[in-house]
Amino acid sequence: MSKEIAIEAKNLTVGYGDYVLLKNADYQVNKGDIFIIMGGSGCGKSSMLRVLTGLIQPLKGTVIINGTDIMKAPENEVQKIREKTGILYQGGALFSSMTLAENIMLPLQQYSDYSPATMRELAHLKLALVGLKGFDDFYPSEISGGMKKRAGLARALALDPDIVYFDEPSAGLDPISSRNLDDLIVELNRSLGTTIVVVTHELSSIFAIGNNSIFLDAQSKSILAHGNPHELLKNPPNEEVYKFLTRGGEK
Amino acid sequence: MQTKMQNGIDIEKDGKNRLKIVISGNILHQNIETPLGVLQTLSEADIKEVYFTANGLKDWDSSLVLWVYDTQKLCREKKVECNLKSLPQNLQDLIALAFAVDRKPSRSDGAPLSAVENIGKTALDLKQKITNALEFISAVFSGIGRCLSFSSIMRKTDFFAALEDCGPKAIGIVCLISFLIGLILAFVGAVQLQTFGAQIYVASLVTIGMCRIMGAIMVGVIMSGRTGSSYAATIGTMQVNEELDALQTMGLSRIDFLVLPRLFALLIALPILTMIADFLGMLGGAFVGVFLMDIPHQEYWKYAFNSFHLNNFLVGVFHSFCFAFIISLCGCYSGLKCGKNADSVGKATTQAVVSAIVWMIVVTGIITVICQELGI
Repeated sequence: MSKEIAIEAKNLTVGYGDYVLLKNADYQVNKGDIFIIMGGSGCGKSSMLRVLTGLIQPLKGTVIINGTDIMKAPENEVQKIREKTGILYQGGALFSSMTLAENIMLPLQQYSDYSPATMRELAHLKLALVGLKGFDDFYPSEISGGMKKRAGLARALALDPDIVYFDEPSAGLDPISSRNLDDLIVELNRSLGTTIVVVTHELSSIFAIGNNSIFLDAQSKSILAHGNPHELLKNPPNEEVYKFLTRGGEK
Repeated sequence: MQTKMQNGIDIEKDGKNRLKIVISGNILHQNIETPLGVLQTLSEADIKEVYFTANGLKDWDSSLVLWVYDTQKLCREKKVECNLKSLPQNLQDLIALAFAVDRKPSRSDGAPLSAVENIGKTALDLKQKITNALEFISAVFSGIGRCLSFSSIMRKTDFFAALEDCGPKAIGIVCLISFLIGLILAFVGAVQLQTFGAQIYVASLVTIGMCRIMGAIMVGVIMSGRTGSSYAATIGTMQVNEELDALQTMGLSRIDFLVLPRLFALLIALPILTMIADFLGMLGGAFVGVFLMDIPHQEYWKYAFNSFHLNNFLVGVFHSFCFAFIISLCGCYSGLKCGKNADSVGKATTQAVVSAIVWMIVVTGIITVICQELGI
């Protein structure tokens, strides 16, 4: 039985003005996958994420999310997709003038009819889910980088999204915090069935969490490989992918 | 034949087709230029191989690495073999590393544009800037409309925080500057009026000047430097921290969330600050009139109140409303258009202040002409 498709990129060309990062990319993300977008620095991973999340327009091609073409759909339909999408940015991107609970309550205030008391309880619950129980009234400036990422994840989960995007979740974290965040991602995927898209070049994370992936290449400006990272390591389709997955050929 | 290239570097021909480069002594912090001697020899003679000897080489730094690198590059261009085997191993490794470029730059070469292309590019950029600014202003008015119809997501706490910042916290600096401006106006006027024995009219001069325009302008300038720049820096930093991206992907209006609280706060605070500035300016004028020009204080205030016309006062307050719009819009717009690095935040802040002051002067000119035409 074929899996349902959550995200479909069709003939996607990503870049800025005349500067093309990636040409004619085609790939699919199945529902419930932990999908890794990997590749060396400057290959366009983060730009690809910005296209998927609607922050920038592709130079060409389209993105279909849960059956809706987000390039052509009317604003109200795109809005519905946004409501069911969470994003964890590299630094958490928490609003510094608000407490952690207020940060989480913000999307709830916008898109739900919960009472203020329920929203507060939900914020408390989401913070507990990411291991930040009791930090409701802390401001982002009062917590560490790893905690900011967790709080950012709690905010991303506020509206029980179908898809959660992670931009370099391990960046700037110590190995233990990074591992804990990976475990959290897997746990969320298992327990909520959330489709997860992770942009990263951290090999330990890629192998620990990913069950599907694409490899972007800066030189050819294309997708050089598509599949399970463990399978790609066993049967690398080309030298670049092999080098990347083995840290340049390390045994 | 032996040629001395630099301190410690000599080249000599070894046989018919070989060039020997002898490196000795200390090669430290030397401005070693392109190996012109090598180039000349390679061009003149039929050299097949260049090789180094470095038996006498003691200490060396990047200047030697650069020279050897340039020499090897030259040899590659001339298709001459370059033998580095006699050089210290770490020096060879550095040279190998310098040539081991794993990827070619893929950015455009940034060739300079011609004058015509530059004019065209500037015109297109200007058109884009004007379009962006008009879209922003239109979005702000739509936001105000949403606010009036109670469908805006503007948070009250943000509004009160902005009001506190641009209201009570700004009173001190506004009072000080306005008092001094009143004082300066009185001094400048007094010098001229004293020659006619009409120094009593200093009271009228200061009252009319402060209430009609100077109070509003001074408050506008202070607030654009104090608050407009702060708006640009705050929102610009949010851009750097991806907070604006987060707002966009959450589908929350940046206008409602960031611009409206600040705009409404300034629309309330600026007219009040202007009224305070008017009064403090008059007080500064009174200080000069009463204490330095010996005008009896009852007399001074009598002339001051006689010169106080509601029209002038309202024109000043109207200016302050316009300035509130300009300062908040310039500050927020610069912040929203900020790039994603620290340098961009600095530029956005500067742009916010400069553009606010320029637009305030332009609008003052327009209002002055309109008032003149209307006889106000």
